Amino acid sequence: MSAMAAAAPPLTHSTRGAIVIDDVVKIYDPDGAAVMAVDHCSLEIEAGEICMIVGPSGCGKTTLLNAIAGFHAITSGRILLDGEVLCSTEKPKADPGSDRIVVFQNGALFPWKTNLDNVAFGPLMQGKLNKSHALEKARGMMADAGLAGAEHNFPGEVSSGVRRRVEIVRALMNDPKVLLLDEPYRALDSLTKSVMHEALLEIYYKNKVTIFFITHDLEEAIFLGHKVAIMTTRPCRPKKILEVDIPHPRNYSVLTSKRFRELMEETNVAVHEEALKAFAAGEKEG
Amino acid sequence: MSGKPVETQLAESIVDIRNRRGDGNVRGINLTLYRLLQWSKSPRPYLMLIGFALFLGFWYLSVEVWKLPRFREMPGITDVIKEWLSRSPTYGLSLYTAEYYQHIWVSVWRVTQAFFLATVLGVPFGLFLGWSKKFKEYVFPVFETLRPIPILAWVPLAIVMFFASESAVIFLTFLASFFATALNTMLGVESIDESYVRAANCLGASKSQVFRHVIVPGALPFIFTGLQISIGVSWFSLVAAEMVSGQYGLGYVINTSYTMVRYPTIVIGMITLGAVGYVTSAMVRLVGDYLMQWRTRELALGGQ
Repeated sequence: MSAMAAAAPPLTHSTRGAIVIDDVVKIYDPDGAAVMAVDHCSLEIEAGEICMIVGPSGCGKTTLLNAIAGFHAITSGRILLDGEVLCSTEKPKADPGSDRIVVFQNGALFPWKTNLDNVAFGPLMQGKLNKSHALEKARGMMADAGLAGAEHNFPGEVSSGVRRRVEIVRALMNDPKVLLLDEPYRALDSLTKSVMHEALLEIYYKNKVTIFFITHDLEEAIFLGHKVAIMTTRPCRPKKILEVDIPHPRNYSVLTSKRFRELMEETNVAVHEEALKAFAAGEKEG
Repeated sequence: MSGKPVETQLAESIVDIRNRRGDGNVRGINLTLYRLLQWSKSPRPYLMLIGFALFLGFWYLSVEVWKLPRFREMPGITDVIKEWLSRSPTYGLSLYTAEYYQHIWVSVWRVTQAFFLATVLGVPFGLFLGWSKKFKEYVFPVFETLRPIPILAWVPLAIVMFFASESAVIFLTFLASFFATALNTMLGVESIDESYVRAANCLGASKSQVFRHVIVPGALPFIFTGLQISIGVSWFSLVAAEMVSGQYGLGYVINTSYTMVRYPTIVIGMITLGAVGYVTSAMVRLVGDYLMQWRTRELALGGQ
């Protein structure tokens, strides 16, 4: 592991959070309609890597995320986290745990708790910290992320950009191995999105947590990721895996660089092909 | 990437938004008072007064001035108010008689007991209906069969079951409230976005912690909608129940005044019922606002 980290360009020194997706199949309703969502999908994500999963809406990317998080069972194959089996053909559903925390598409901060209480929630539930320590740690982490002013507001009172950051801080409070992000910036306008991207990278540079990030935005994927996996439309499997050789740390000037545009050109065709297939399939179903 | 500018800007913009809104630091009961003060400064109280004035004006004109068909036999507003404010009322009931307050007190006390029972039993029952699919499969069909049966249809059974008329009245008052509370609570649990439960699971919450920190607060808006309906329904049912049995209470006043042809007293009873019902309903709403400040504040931001 350490040899690999030394060989790999910056920021992959983390030794935790390596994910192996090995020949995973997911069939919904196997006795009835038998819809194949994931088809013999294999993918390796190194510890501390940002892996972007790109594919058209409804292609089965979220199914993969749900399998890692332990929300849904898989049909066959296995998924490993740091060499330990999360789920496999024998034990199809992983147990949800605070080592893999999901940031949801529409956000799942509890609207009835203040932002501070949301952030302190994980350690309190697990009994890892008592109330005053949990709140103290939460205050510190929110201050580090520039969120000190929003502590006593309820999530409904702050902008969606702030909510997203609070949700990521809530996840990081638990020192997870992996962050699973399910199109978290989908609903944001492109200006807010660019702020959120830089903010996410800032948080990442401080924490070096493995990030499994689902999106359908290729630009977002290449800007953020070490690795971009372009998935086929349903059933889902990697069509093309791109290693992004633009060094981290990155900022928005990357978007106008020559290399960035080359990578966009290289992958755009593959993504567009899948989008067309998904569109055609959607029309037939409709 | 320096990082600082983004963070400082964000922190500043958050403070900025809070200052602009004005009520950013108002909490608890103060928030309610603050909103009440805002209300009194707005044109809304005047609209309310105009609404009442129009209604009472129509009553006056239709009965006493125009003597419209159907309205002609009704007690007029002047008769009712004279009777209500009289120190020696013709029909024996006014603001100056102790009996008036005894009727109010008896009705309020019955509704309080029935509403309390309906809440204490209905909320947990509804939570379990929403929480456990199996429990719902057993119980919900029976529940749905009993729910549409009107209170008046329960009267004979209530009298057979409870020999004391007081417990029969409370049982009848309780019944419809219980159904309203339980059904809304169940819908509340079912309305909770699956993401919240999943997020709590990710963050390491146990099943009982999910129940306490996600299911109960998540269902609270629906629970309070249920309680608002419940308190209203308990007043309907109370009047029905008091017409059947009992020796005191506003429903009893209305019913006996009818048989003894004391029309102004009927209207006094009706208006008193309406006013007391309004107050109890407002109290439930206040408790709800207090317990769900996150929601009150969200709605306030939306300008409601």
